[in-house]
Amino acid sequence: MNVVSIIVNVLGLAAIVLIVWYFWLYRREGVQVAEVAGVQQVPITVKGGYDPDVIVVRQGKPVRLLFTRQESSLCSEMVIFDKIGQSAKLPEGETIAVEFTPQESGEIPFQCQMGMLRGKIIVN
Amino acid sequence: MGWKDTTNIIDKTAPYIPALRFHWLTSLYASCVGFIEKALLQVPGVLAATVSPATDSVQIRYVTGQTDFPAIKQAIESTGYQATHPLERKEETVDDETAAHAREYTSLMRKFWFAALIGVPVMLVAYPELPWLYLPNLFLETPSESLIWWLYLLSGIGTLPVMFYSGRQFFIGAWAAFKHHAADMNTLIALGTGAAWIYSTVAIFIPHLFPEGTATPFYDVTAVVTALVVLGQALEVRAKGQTSQAIRKLIGLQAKTARVIRDGQEVEIPVEEVRVGDIVFVRPGDKIPVDGQIIEGRSAVDESMVTGESLPVDKTVGDDVIGATVNTTGAFKFRATKVGKDTALAQIVKLVRDAMGSKAPIARLVDVISGYFVPTVMIIAILTFLVWFNLGPSPALAYAVVTAVTVLIIACPCAVGMAVPLSLVAGVGKGAEHGVLIRNGAALQTASQLQVIVLDKTGTITKGKPELTDAAPATGFDAATLLYYAASADRPSEHPLAQAIAAGAMQQGHNPVEPTAFEAVPGYGVVATVAGRQVLVGNLKLMKRSQIETGVLETETLRLQNEGKTAMYVAVDGSAAGVVAVADTIKEDSIEAIRVMQEMGLEVVMMTGDNERTAQAIARQVGISRVLAEVLPEDKAAQVHLLKQGNRKVGMVGDGINDAPALVEANVGFAIGTGTDVAIEAADITLMSGSLKGVAYAIEVSRATMRNAKQSLFGAFIYNTLGIPVAAGVLFPFFGVLLSPLIAGAAMAASSITVVGNANRLRFFRAKSFAA
Repeated sequence: MNVVSIIVNVLGLAAIVLIVWYFWLYRREGVQVAEVAGVQQVPITVKGGYDPDVIVVRQGKPVRLLFTRQESSLCSEMVIFDKIGQSAKLPEGETIAVEFTPQESGEIPFQCQMGMLRGKIIVN
Repeated sequence: MGWKDTTNIIDKTAPYIPALRFHWLTSLYASCVGFIEKALLQVPGVLAATVSPATDSVQIRYVTGQTDFPAIKQAIESTGYQATHPLERKEETVDDETAAHAREYTSLMRKFWFAALIGVPVMLVAYPELPWLYLPNLFLETPSESLIWWLYLLSGIGTLPVMFYSGRQFFIGAWAAFKHHAADMNTLIALGTGAAWIYSTVAIFIPHLFPEGTATPFYDVTAVVTALVVLGQALEVRAKGQTSQAIRKLIGLQAKTARVIRDGQEVEIPVEEVRVGDIVFVRPGDKIPVDGQIIEGRSAVDESMVTGESLPVDKTVGDDVIGATVNTTGAFKFRATKVGKDTALAQIVKLVRDAMGSKAPIARLVDVISGYFVPTVMIIAILTFLVWFNLGPSPALAYAVVTAVTVLIIACPCAVGMAVPLSLVAGVGKGAEHGVLIRNGAALQTASQLQVIVLDKTGTITKGKPELTDAAPATGFDAATLLYYAASADRPSEHPLAQAIAAGAMQQGHNPVEPTAFEAVPGYGVVATVAGRQVLVGNLKLMKRSQIETGVLETETLRLQNEGKTAMYVAVDGSAAGVVAVADTIKEDSIEAIRVMQEMGLEVVMMTGDNERTAQAIARQVGISRVLAEVLPEDKAAQVHLLKQGNRKVGMVGDGINDAPALVEANVGFAIGTGTDVAIEAADITLMSGSLKGVAYAIEVSRATMRNAKQSLFGAFIYNTLGIPVAAGVLFPFFGVLLSPLIAGAAMAASSITVVGNANRLRFFRAKSFAA
């Protein structure tokens, strides 16, 4: 095995390690939410993903997520909060509110219909 | 489920930022549009304002709590215009969604044609091993190496706009996902086509970097795969539109205009402007615009589009009408009671849409898998590359790159992710077509697994209202006379049994008269004077009290009671005239519906608070062998619980109010609605019509939907688990078979179209329960 093939092999294995770390092991930090008139309100941009996608809220206070979809791909046409039984259709360019009051701490995941785009709300 | 009792701050039924529309009193100058919009946007809480000069109105989106009507009105008036009353937000129309899909389709098709136009010539210079296809060979005997190099360069340059115009969304999507530590289908396509392009470009510019014979570009992969995947997406958009056809049909049912009285005059106005309390005119053939109550006139109304009930329903003063149903031949006026998002139709649309957006439990597993899917494919691609690079035949590097790219391209996470949601959308829509509203994916999945169906008797199997069934005269009387006396004596009574006799007699063409004297004896019956004769209608106790000989009638009474009927004696001037019987009769199609359920392999159980004898009589008529009689209302849930033993899945069918605890206890609760009660909270499945056929239909649809979802899911898994190893070249050592990346691109596009197509098959689902 010459030097080139050793380098190629090492790079390949390193890439695998990187993929595992970057996509699976990496823990993201949540965005803290500002309160507007007693409501924890956060704007979320939908474009190939949810931005921000990890949102930290407090328990017992109403939460209002303002989704704005900035793409025409049908994948992100809907956002689904399976755990709380809510979903919303997101017409392109329109701001759509999803509202609920978390009653217990934990995580509320949300995602597109196919589960390709994901985000979560961490309730403290 | 601790989350169930979450509350919405604004409005549970509308996850939208509310919007208002204002009308101007004065006509609008186009030049003022920007001016008014700017003034409105300065109001705190207003998110968007769109003035439409064509309709002299403005649509405003605002955050509730941060602003209100007066503030908005004031802002409009500060511009010199007068605003009138606010209008309800127009519900999203069919056209909005169709238009969005059509735009997406057109845009994708344009991208496809562009990619195809470049892809074809690029392909023609890519395969010197296929002489009859190889472009340079067609013109020259032996094309020079420099000509070929220039053709390659042209291919490389031509492919760039394919990547960044036709394949733009892949790169944008991949990058956006990457930023979120996520990877999706876009990541795979972007990596595959990108890697092919970069390798090719390096190969033509710095060929000495590569071992002899490996420095061949393959730009065709980038161009052709992009074209194929974009085409696949376009076809998917089109097919997806068909999957949600049912909900569009529902929204499309809404009437556009209404005839109401305004300022003392009958005017035709847009349906959104109808307010609660308006008097609405409905002429023969009209579509009823909103929900309301008839105040004048009568007609038959075709409610099939909402309830699934095929026969028109007679309506008269005091009856409720449902918006979007169609009047037949009569004319009437009604008072609007529900408008906008409160109408039954709007609630149905909301319920169906929510259900379509929910997840079937089976999809949760898929979600977990799809979270790992794409990175796993990336790892497999790298491993494939390394194996070919280290162990592959010469030129190893070229093989390594091609197989790795093929792996990236053939993997189709979309097919896996779409399988269940698409079937669910089609299945829930199919249910709604026949007035069966399935609350969510979980309800649908459980309904498909039901083994036992418990039917409440009164109001579910039966009509829930006593009707006159028999008139058995004693010697010396005939049925007509018997009914005449019984009905006349019963006429003033408010007792439901007495009313049933009076109404039944009238229906049969007898004309009861008003009695001259009338006394109701609670617990016994009535005593009345009809045409100068003393008439008694009541139970045996009443007869005994008046010392009337009933002996000859007792066998008849026993027979009627054994049939589950309530028999009443009639005596005229001190002697027995006969027996009349009333019973809660079975709905016309209950027998048929129960037979269908039994044929489907379901055990059908009847549950009732009635006595054993009545219960058995009804059960015999409808063909049910297992009867739970004399069950107290509070014990119904416990009985359902008992039936669930042994992990059996039990569905309970009831009226949603009295049976609510039992409906909740059951694995699936079916509420039989009356047309307008859409939001029956306790129910997993609501039947808009009173027919039991809806239950059979709901289960059939659920089974068909789950079967469909599993087919798609299975297909998608098999496709990926076979496709990826083949793409990686596992067959090569044995058969020398290697997949071209172009074939992989086509397969990938085809696999996701197949999933959409399979879900669309559900549209043609024909249920046994509604077969003639």
